[in-house]
Amino acid sequence: MAAPDGRRVRPYLATRGRTRPVQDIAIEALVSTTKNGRTNGSDPEPERERILRLCHSPRSVAEVAAIVSMPLGVARVLVADLETEGLVRVADPHAAFAGSEEPARNLSVLERVRDGLRRL
Amino acid sequence: MAFVDSEVSGGTQADQDALSVKIVVAGGFGVGKTTFVGAVSEIEPLRTEALMTEASTSVDDLSMLPEKRTTTVAMDFGRITLADDLVLYLFGTPGQNRFWFMWDDITRGAIGAVVLVDTRRLADCFGAIDYVEQRGIPFVVALNAFNGVQEHDVEDVRDALQVGPEVPFVVTDARERESVKVVLVTLVEHAMSLIQQT
Repeated sequence: MAAPDGRRVRPYLATRGRTRPVQDIAIEALVSTTKNGRTNGSDPEPERERILRLCHSPRSVAEVAAIVSMPLGVARVLVADLETEGLVRVADPHAAFAGSEEPARNLSVLERVRDGLRRL
Repeated sequence: MAFVDSEVSGGTQADQDALSVKIVVAGGFGVGKTTFVGAVSEIEPLRTEALMTEASTSVDDLSMLPEKRTTTVAMDFGRITLADDLVLYLFGTPGQNRFWFMWDDITRGAIGAVVLVDTRRLADCFGAIDYVEQRGIPFVVALNAFNGVQEHDVEDVRDALQVGPEVPFVVTDARERESVKVVLVTLVEHAMSLIQQT
């Protein structure tokens, strides 16, 4: 079940009880460090620690992967683990709109995107 | 949604989550996708990589033996903060069209796609157009004008690509911020009109 590119992650990291498949986390999902994540002391895993510091302001999973220099699949696994432990929150745009239309098909969201682009 | 409010007022959560949306920038290798992204991104385009194990089944594999090898697939992307609570990401597709599994990841939930076209190498965008058409992803075709494309060439290109009249075509200069903005606004308006039609 581990992603093909999850091989750099040790097995115990890849099997913790997650609430959803890692691949379901959108690449644009925003990751932000929770209060617990900020006050938990430094993480013994350097890559986890870098993610926790980086996401004091929200960053997408893709940004986490790029900035921490790890393949996308590894970033997803680490972010999912940090979420399970309550150290980060993942604002997944698809999950947020579950049961209704997704944001990309929501007219008021698209209007805001269009107006925002025009103002740039 | 009352539970959301009480969670926030409970002080254990940060601010209300921002919403992130994305637009895909597709097209052949070297057509200017990263330039296009960089023209409007508030950050230098970043590169993220995925590793994949691919079975080598290409036609140039004369041995005909299944051979697995690990390949790195890279994609460049940028970010535009449109409001305090709204972030737009622009994801360039990998240059090599065969990495369709990455496209699924990139396009899932996207507002739509900009297919960037170099009119000197039209065939390079066929794969991208096939992909977005088959999956019903809203798209616009942007002719990159760094080679001096004229407006009157547009209908010729539309014919050559066999794309229907409902798909917007725009001439753009991927280096120019204002020009790229026009393409993105055109795509968003196209996506809106498709929703309003249904």
